[in-house]
Parts: sequence; structure tokens; C-alpha cells
Amino acid sequence: MNELLQNYPEEVKQILAKYPAEYKRSAVMPLLYLAQRKEGYVPRQALEDIAEILEMSPTEVASIVGFYTLYYDQPAGRYHIQVCTDLPCALRGADKFLEELCQRLGIREGETTPDGLFTVEAVKCLAACHRAPVFQVQGDGEIEYHENQTVELTLAWMEQVREKVRAEKEAQS
Amino acid sequence: MSQYVLLRHREIPHLDQLDVYLKHGGFEAAKKVITQMQPADVVNEVKTSGLRGRGGAGFPTGVKWSFLPNNIWPHYVVCNADESEPGTFKDREILESNPFQLLEGLMIASYAVQANRAYIYLRGEFWQIARKLDEKIAELEKAGLLGDHLFGTNYSLRIYTHLGAGAYICGEETALLESLEGKIGQPRLRPPFPAVYGLYGKPTVINNVETLTNLPPILEKGAQWYRSFGTEKSPGVKIFSLSGNVNRPGNYELPLGTTFRELIYTHGGGIPEGRKVKAILPAGASSAIIAVNDDAILDTPMDYESVAAIGSQLGSASVIVADETVNMAWLVSKTVNFFKHESCGKCTPCREGTFWMNRITQRMMAGRAVESDVDLLANVANQIAGKCLCALGEFSVMAVQTGIRQFRTDFLEQVKQQTAPVAQGD
Repeated sequence: MNELLQNYPEEVKQILAKYPAEYKRSAVMPLLYLAQRKEGYVPRQALEDIAEILEMSPTEVASIVGFYTLYYDQPAGRYHIQVCTDLPCALRGADKFLEELCQRLGIREGETTPDGLFTVEAVKCLAACHRAPVFQVQGDGEIEYHENQTVELTLAWMEQVREKVRAEKEAQS
Repeated sequence: MSQYVLLRHREIPHLDQLDVYLKHGGFEAAKKVITQMQPADVVNEVKTSGLRGRGGAGFPTGVKWSFLPNNIWPHYVVCNADESEPGTFKDREILESNPFQLLEGLMIASYAVQANRAYIYLRGEFWQIARKLDEKIAELEKAGLLGDHLFGTNYSLRIYTHLGAGAYICGEETALLESLEGKIGQPRLRPPFPAVYGLYGKPTVINNVETLTNLPPILEKGAQWYRSFGTEKSPGVKIFSLSGNVNRPGNYELPLGTTFRELIYTHGGGIPEGRKVKAILPAGASSAIIAVNDDAILDTPMDYESVAAIGSQLGSASVIVADETVNMAWLVSKTVNFFKHESCGKCTPCREGTFWMNRITQRMMAGRAVESDVDLLANVANQIAGKCLCALGEFSVMAVQTGIRQFRTDFLEQVKQQTAPVAQGD
């Protein structure tokens, strides 16, 4: 049974329609985003599902996951906070921002907060050099930018997210 | 400039809404091109305008289009929206705020080379922009401005977005094509060039976002109008992305040939606390560093030829400014770390060389380097240069070679101090 096809029939159809039928392999990257939407990483089963849809081998699909930085093959925090620390951002204090943020959260770069919600990482250029410090949040199948940050602003935003997640849990129980 | 060509949304509120864009002459250029001009005439008009690719290489756009063979079909057009160079953020503003002008430009380019299918390849981080573009494309199709029989002619065009997933190398045009074909984004051997063997092995034009956004005004107002801006060899306007140690970082649309001084001091508001400029990287992290040890350097016009004449390149005009407090060994360590991370691993000099350079610069930053490491770093950079499959390897050594040559004392100081320097702003 192809779970991806079963869970997202319409989305898979729309993605495949973007490319010539004889070159459906082009759909591998959008399908990986789809597979990653729910859990925040690409489960093993999804590699096989995508491979089946696109007539590729699961190993070929896995190689795409390994090459591109926005795909994950292991579970981590629900939200990846990815701070750009490249040269222009560093000239505007991004390194110190990341260091202080990690300190305040009691984690090291690359680690996840104890509540399992946030993984904090350094990333390469986000095309937002003029509004550094800047981070993107990858989670729930979306990517969102947060620019002109201070540690206080970021912590306040994280608290809002925690509230949202608490409310979601309460609504479900 | 009193009137924007590319950043028109700054003068016209809500230009990203179709009715507003149409009210301000939107799609008139595309209509004129598709209903009144032959594809060859469009190519010639763009050639006459002197428009050069704004992605970095600066190759004449019309000439690039004319390389497509007319005996192999279909043709494709791909918009390169994989903006990932540290220091570059111009395409993002166009995509977010003036998307219809880009889409109209893409229509004009597609008609010029008779492509019926075009893709916009966006870096994965531009997820929200891609969703918005999808909405705009759907809106155009609904309004009959995109799709079959455009403006009552036999010409049809479909435009699709495609998201990358975080790989700088996919801005290199052949790596972009590999990625769009669903493979690892590694560059192809060239020749054959994409104009002959591109997407799915077919003739393909790849143009940057800014390049395409120039097209509607050029076709509307004419090549000679466009040539009234800029210089003879670098005509037109350019978005300069200014970042680093400046008071007002941001995008500035100016004629090519504007001086560094005007950009940094008049538009960028100068350097914080009145400090002096120490160095400029005029084309982002991949630049050859320009040492500003002579005040006259600031009076260099920013056009392709003048910047080359002082030993660097204009590239995508992403001007990073470092002031006198910046240790250049630290700056170089930042660029090296970027290229080490982004090397795709296909060719050995780049894969191993960037890794090795990063080990040396990290050693320097950790206070564990020795004096001979400075020469070792220069040596490794020299071994990489000229031996790579694509430009990434070449880019990785630009700051290293020019940094050590011009700021050797900074490197030696760093080795002696045995502590990591602190960046301004920290």
C-alpha cells in the first residue's frame, strides 16, 4: 500500500502535473516536501512510496534527502530554528545572537529543547543579509522568515508557539 | 533615480496585485511582443539594449537567447531564483513585491525563444514566495493572460514553480537543471551548454530573476531608452544589495557606473560611528576582496569593466562592506566555511580543497594555528584555482587569495593572538 498516495492523492496528482509525463522524476523534491510535512522528517516508508510513484530506486530517493539540507531523515524538534551566520549576517551580530539564544535555552547549537519543540541550528545564507540577525523556521510543512531579531524577540515568539501547541493538545484531548 | 525600473513597487503601492499591475501598464509589453513582433525581433531588441545577465556572469542576454538551435524542440525557459550567495537579496524583493513584472518578463523571454513551458526554480527557503507565485500564476491563467492562445494568437505558455531544498550549487545553471530533473544538484560537464542541451536534454535558456524583470520596460520603451542608463558597455540599471558594516543596508536600484562612494555613503548612510571602510566584497562572498587602502578606490564606478580593472568583479552586485575593525582572517574564515559547506563534492579539487582550507581557517580562529599556516592556506587556494568543474571552486579561493595578498598582517596577527576575533556588531 502506498501511504503517500493514500494520504495525499490530490497533492501528488497536482505535483506530477507540473512535469512532462516522461520526466516524472522531476517530482521527487516536491514529493519529499509532502512526505516530510507531517512528521518533520522523511520516514523510511516514504522513500519507498516516492520511489514507487516515480519509478526510481529508494536509494536514489534517499540520495536526494542526503544531499539537500532542508530534508531530514531523522526526527528532531517539531520546529527547526535556523539562524544564518554567514559573513554579512555575522557582521551584524548573528554569531552572538545564536550563541546567546542557545545559552538562554540551555542547549548547544544543533540540539533540541527539552520539550522537543525546537531544534536550533546554524544555516548558510538565507538571502536576508540586510535584516540580520535572521532565522527561518522550518516546521509543519512550511518555512517562515523572522528578520531583525533580538534574543528577547525570539524567546517571546517561541513562547507564543508553545502556547499554540498547548492549545492544540487541549483541543485534541 | 526618480523612477524605478525594477523596484517599482516602492512607488506604486500594492503592485503585487493584478488589477494594480494592469492599471500601470502591466502586460502591455507582453501583448505587444506576442501580437506584433517576430521572435527574432525580440531577440534583436534585447541584444540592442545591451542587457547583461544579472545573476553574476554578466553575459549579454539577447546573445544567450540566440544560441538556441531551431531544429531541436521543445525549447524551455528556466528562471533562476535560487538566490543563495551571501550578500545577495535582490531577487527576493522582486519576487515578493513585484512578481507580475517578473512573470511578464518570463513570458517575453519564452516567446522570444518559442518555449511553451517555463519553470521558476526557487531556493527551498523561498517556500512562502513560491506559494504566492503559484497564486499569481493561477490568477493570470484565470484572467486569460497565461495559458493557451495568448492575446488571441497561436502562442501558448505554461509557467510552473519548482522549489529547491537548500543547496547553493543549484544556482549554477547546469546543477540547477540536474536538480530540476530530480537529481542531486551537481554541475554538468560543459560543453554542451544548456542552450543546446538543457532541461530534459533540450535547448534551454536560463535567466536570473532580475534579468527577466528588466524585459517588460525594455520592450515597452525600447532598447535606446534602456541604454540611456548606465555606461556604454554596461547599460541599464542594476539593483545593488548593500550589506555588512553600513548604517542603511538594503537594495538600491541605481544606474550601472554609480560609484562605491555614492552607494555606501549617500544611499547606505555611511559606516557606523564614522569608522573607515577597510575592504569591499562587490559580488558577495565569492568576490575578490578590494582593499580600500586608498580613498580613490571608493570613486570606482560600479560597472562590469571598472570593477574588473581594480582586480575584482561586479557579479550580482552584492556589495559587502567591512570596516576598519574587521580582522580579515576572520572574514576569510567565514567565506571559506560557506564554500566548504556548499561544495557539491563532485570534483576533487573543490571537495577536498574547501575542506582543507576550512580546517586551516578554523584552526586560526580557534587559536591553534602557526605562522606557516598562512602560506599553507594560500598554497591550497592556489591548488584549487583553475582546476574545478564549475565556478564554486573558483569562488572559494577569491577571498583567500586576495585576502592574504592584501591583508597578510591580519592573518599573522590572528595567528599570534591565539584568540578568535570578534565581529563588529557582536
